[in-house]
Amino acid sequence: MSRLPVKKTYKLFIGGAFPRSESGRTFLADGQNVALASRKDARDAVRAARGAFARWSGTTAYNRGQVLYRLAERMEARSSDLAAVAGGRDEVERSIDRVVWYAGWADKLAQALGGANAVAGPYFNFTIPEPTGVVATIAPDEPPLEGLVSRILPALVSGNAVVAVASETSPLAAIELAEAIATSDMPGGALNILTGRRSELAPILAGHADVNAIDLTGANGDVAELERLAAGNVKRVVRGMPAGESLWEIEPLVEMKTVWHPVGV
Amino acid sequence: MTDIEPRTDGGLEWTYAPAPESRAIVSFEERYGLYVGGETVEPRSGEWFTSASPATEEPLAEVAQAGPEDVDLAVGAARAGYETWSGLRPSERAKYLFRIARILQERARELAVAESLDGGKPIKESRDVDLPLAAAHFFYHAGWADKLEYAFPNRRPRPLGVAAQIIPWNFPLLMLAWKVAPALACGNSVVLKPAETTPLTALLFADVCRQAELPPGAVNIITGDGSTGAELVRHTGIDKVAFTGSTEVGKAIQRELAGRGVPHTLELGGKAANIVFEDCALDQAIEGIVNGIYFNQGHVCCAGSRLLVQESILEPLLGKLRGRLSTLRLGDPLDKNTDIGAINSRAQLDRITELVESGQAEGAELYQPACELPERGYWFPPTVFTNVAQSFRIAQEEIFGPVLSVMTFRTPAEAVDKANNTAYGLSAGVWTEKGSRILWMAARLRAGVVWANTFNRFDPASPFGGYKESGFGREGGRHGLEAYLGFEG
Repeated sequence: MSRLPVKKTYKLFIGGAFPRSESGRTFLADGQNVALASRKDARDAVRAARGAFARWSGTTAYNRGQVLYRLAERMEARSSDLAAVAGGRDEVERSIDRVVWYAGWADKLAQALGGANAVAGPYFNFTIPEPTGVVATIAPDEPPLEGLVSRILPALVSGNAVVAVASETSPLAAIELAEAIATSDMPGGALNILTGRRSELAPILAGHADVNAIDLTGANGDVAELERLAAGNVKRVVRGMPAGESLWEIEPLVEMKTVWHPVGV
Repeated sequence: MTDIEPRTDGGLEWTYAPAPESRAIVSFEERYGLYVGGETVEPRSGEWFTSASPATEEPLAEVAQAGPEDVDLAVGAARAGYETWSGLRPSERAKYLFRIARILQERARELAVAESLDGGKPIKESRDVDLPLAAAHFFYHAGWADKLEYAFPNRRPRPLGVAAQIIPWNFPLLMLAWKVAPALACGNSVVLKPAETTPLTALLFADVCRQAELPPGAVNIITGDGSTGAELVRHTGIDKVAFTGSTEVGKAIQRELAGRGVPHTLELGGKAANIVFEDCALDQAIEGIVNGIYFNQGHVCCAGSRLLVQESILEPLLGKLRGRLSTLRLGDPLDKNTDIGAINSRAQLDRITELVESGQAEGAELYQPACELPERGYWFPPTVFTNVAQSFRIAQEEIFGPVLSVMTFRTPAEAVDKANNTAYGLSAGVWTEKGSRILWMAARLRAGVVWANTFNRFDPASPFGGYKESGFGREGGRHGLEAYLGFEG
């Protein structure tokens, strides 16, 4: 006797929850109705990210590394589901390994990027990397899973909160990933995923005054206009490898903080 | 010259005698052309303007107003200079920078006097801060020139090309050093545009380059107003922009560069919180507060312009602060006893005045010590506002003058919230004798530099730069080099 399968509804991922677009809109992608995020959804996602930033950036680096490693565990457990909506098993395996690679950086960034500074005076002076804040990520269309993972992990590992715009052509992988994230112990709102039109969402995020940095790796169309909008609050504008791993993908999304204290008796 | 004023101290009446530094060590030329390709050239624009002393309004020299054609020539000279400079062995580049550092040390007194004449800052600051640090920046970066592959292992660093650098009027020669030293160390050539009101030490620096026998075109210096800077940023022949100045202009530069793929670093405004806890060493904190906001007349992007005081010590702190302000000496920048010099320009004085009036109109309470202002020149007395709400303009906007806004807090968490409650994020200060609290605060202050139990310290080995709308990129240290390099790895 055949059984009718229960199909999934593809929704947004905001603040740790899976809401529909407040606009009620969907678009058809990969044969599914996918939430078509609106301006209001983008703003809600930024608000959720800002709300989660203190908690996510306040975790210890060791803990953050473990949470991200757990994300890899959750992805492994869902690898068949991920493979079905991404570019096959190879892409899923590369993506999982990339998460593991970045997870391992969490407690090494401070030593790799920071240091003690020999100043000419009786002061102890050190420089440490800190997350930039709320990062908007325009993920590339391809590869849909590896591209997203390669862009959000360098932001998340230092403690940034992220609002990511998923691949427009293949958005299902991003929502499948969101379901792994939802069970990874990452605080709700640390990563938010929007599906929809880049042309609609990217300018809102580029011009949003509570977004500190924007990753335009996956942006197309009038990128110069996005950069102009980013100047409104002196956003850091980042471009990186659509699929790859490097410490130098992490570094543009941290701020270097320098602390001085006198030395004396 | 400030009149000698009687003072009372322990019942004895006494006075400060004038102690002027001699200006004979500086002789400005009547007119300075542009420094392009190792030569001094007349501006094609045919236009000149006067650089005057803000303390006396006395004209000091005529300076060229570089127009579009002049900018184009300077960028062209820098392109040619880049070919030479980047082709030198890195160890040779290093030695040129060491030479410059030494010449700055040798000519320190002359340059300090010139800085105080042209910019109005007290001679003790230009002598003890600006010049030693400017020389130190060249000395520090000289050593990096042939060690870049150790700064960035496996990344194969290479210079970017022609760096367009625009600097402000508050630390003219020091900002020049912050810009030029790392650019040259990394193998770039430079077109530098000093501020309109303080071009003279940059023009004297051209002579330092000549004395160092720097290859022509490695450093080019063009003077002018904001239109010259805008023209330089618009020029398609530049490979990098480094700007220090207001957030407003920084945003305009970022917009202009949108879509052009020109790397840029911006060091912009600030509204730093200087946070004083009840367990601080109060006398040290008072010195830090005074240094934080009255150093260089408050013309400091990282000035501690918002004083956050734990409520329990507000009254004793204000009492001591008022007492300390009464001892500050305002007047002739060349007098070695002067603590507060001249406001840099009429325009800046107008801006300070306007913001101070807004503070009074919004309901803050103003305190200024008895302070006689010289008749000529631009002056503003040290000012403290109390009863300040966070929404007041004087608590949100950068005043860039000797004006302190005092607010209070009860808990460390409240101090953090208030400190972070501006669009800026350049610097912050924390005063407490409790070490764990210092580190707890430092981790939560969204600012690029945190001074704990000190303020306004700078060093070429120490990265400096902002969070949020205070800009991006760092100057100083290994991190500062990165702004002048491209990477193949």
